[in-house]
Amino acid sequence: MNKTPLHNAHVQLGAKMVNFSDWEMPISYSSLINEHHAVRNAAGIFDVSHMSVFDFDEGNQIAFFEKIFANDIKKISKVNKAIYGALLNEEGGILDDLIIYHANDKFRLVSNCSTQDQNRQWFEKHAVEFGVKVIERSDMGILAIQGPDALNKVLEIKDIDAQVNTLQSFGCMFEGDKLYARTGYTGEDGLEVIVPTQDINHLWEQLLQLGCTPIGLGARDTLRLEAGLNLYGNDMTINNHPYESNLGWTIDMSDENREFIGKDALLSIDQTKSQKIVGIILQDKGVLRPGYEITHEKGKGVVLSGSYSPTLQSSIGLARVDQGYKENGKVMIRNKVLNIDFVSPRFLGQGKISS
Amino acid sequence: MSDIPGDLKFLSSHEWARVESDGTITIGISDHAQDLLGDIVFVELPEVGQFVDAENDTAIVESVKAASDIYSPLSGEVIEVNSHLENQPEIINSSPYEDGWFFKLTPSDMGELDNLLSPEDYSDICED
Repeated sequence: MNKTPLHNAHVQLGAKMVNFSDWEMPISYSSLINEHHAVRNAAGIFDVSHMSVFDFDEGNQIAFFEKIFANDIKKISKVNKAIYGALLNEEGGILDDLIIYHANDKFRLVSNCSTQDQNRQWFEKHAVEFGVKVIERSDMGILAIQGPDALNKVLEIKDIDAQVNTLQSFGCMFEGDKLYARTGYTGEDGLEVIVPTQDINHLWEQLLQLGCTPIGLGARDTLRLEAGLNLYGNDMTINNHPYESNLGWTIDMSDENREFIGKDALLSIDQTKSQKIVGIILQDKGVLRPGYEITHEKGKGVVLSGSYSPTLQSSIGLARVDQGYKENGKVMIRNKVLNIDFVSPRFLGQGKISS
Repeated sequence: MSDIPGDLKFLSSHEWARVESDGTITIGISDHAQDLLGDIVFVELPEVGQFVDAENDTAIVESVKAASDIYSPLSGEVIEVNSHLENQPEIINSSPYEDGWFFKLTPSDMGELDNLLSPEDYSDICED
């Protein structure tokens, strides 16, 4: 099984380790719920070094990303920013979701760990015609520092570039080979730092000493669920297109001359009939789990992600449902029919959707 | 190392049974089990008056991470359930052997106790 450079640090902290896509990762250190609240109320640190980092060199990188990425790389190609979007196949199926960072005239990409080999092969195949070199950075680790106090904690570290303070949401900057970005997967303010593996233990240790709480994959999942962020392989797979996966907003066709992989397939989809990912809140006692069946007045659906929300103190989920849902529906849990409300997937700080 | 009281008998699936002085049986889950599950957020208990069979699924416990079936160590009639768990399921995490009990039953066959694991044997399972 793969181990991140922080593996020993997790074990020393008493973390429960689990197999996550062939990586031995911490699921929690103490109480998942306490870890969750630490991120919502203060600052938590996550080792996400299992994710894949790619750099690119030479050739026409902008044209390369214009072709393989469904969002338009030109949005960030002249500024120091990150962009989120999907990698599609010719049929419009989602190969992965990822973030591309651009700063100091360099592109760096972070994608999921389970899709690493697929993505490397896909990038290398399509890089040829643009003369682009694909460089897998398995010598890099990633720390996420998330929460309302996250930025201040990072800035307390003396050897960190004070320029980090000026980064806006989705802003990013290189410091040598290190990348700082104001991005995350929790719905909170914070940073993600991509750092050479030999430096990551020192940074982790410094952040722990500053009072950041170590956060496992368990709380990472409840945090991203409350923020309405999809988990690849769970809420969407290669068998889903972006419109039925809440990713329509990442499909950029504003440049009519841009031909990206999957575009023709997407144009043939009738979005008025596609299923949608919607947020659900269980109104009765119990816990929503993936696979539970849903019905509403005009159709049906299935729970994709379901868990307990420590912030809302009730069970929430993401579900893919037929269109025509109104405020309420039903979910089947162990042969019992229970009540759900349909809401925006962004559970935090937003009201119900009316239709 | 998790705590294992000496007066209990166990299933390998981490449920415990305690024989009370009046001959009834109290049932719960072990300290090791609550630690594996993590923060418990929901419990579904059997009905009072229901007859349960040994080693059949009788209750459900859900942590943030997952749902697990709870098996009854013994057969018998459920005479009481721990209603505090409905609103405070986290008691199971903080007091798995005392306040966090699940249900009590009148056993139909005390001989079934012989099928259960001693604290020592259960401890060996937890270390595997």
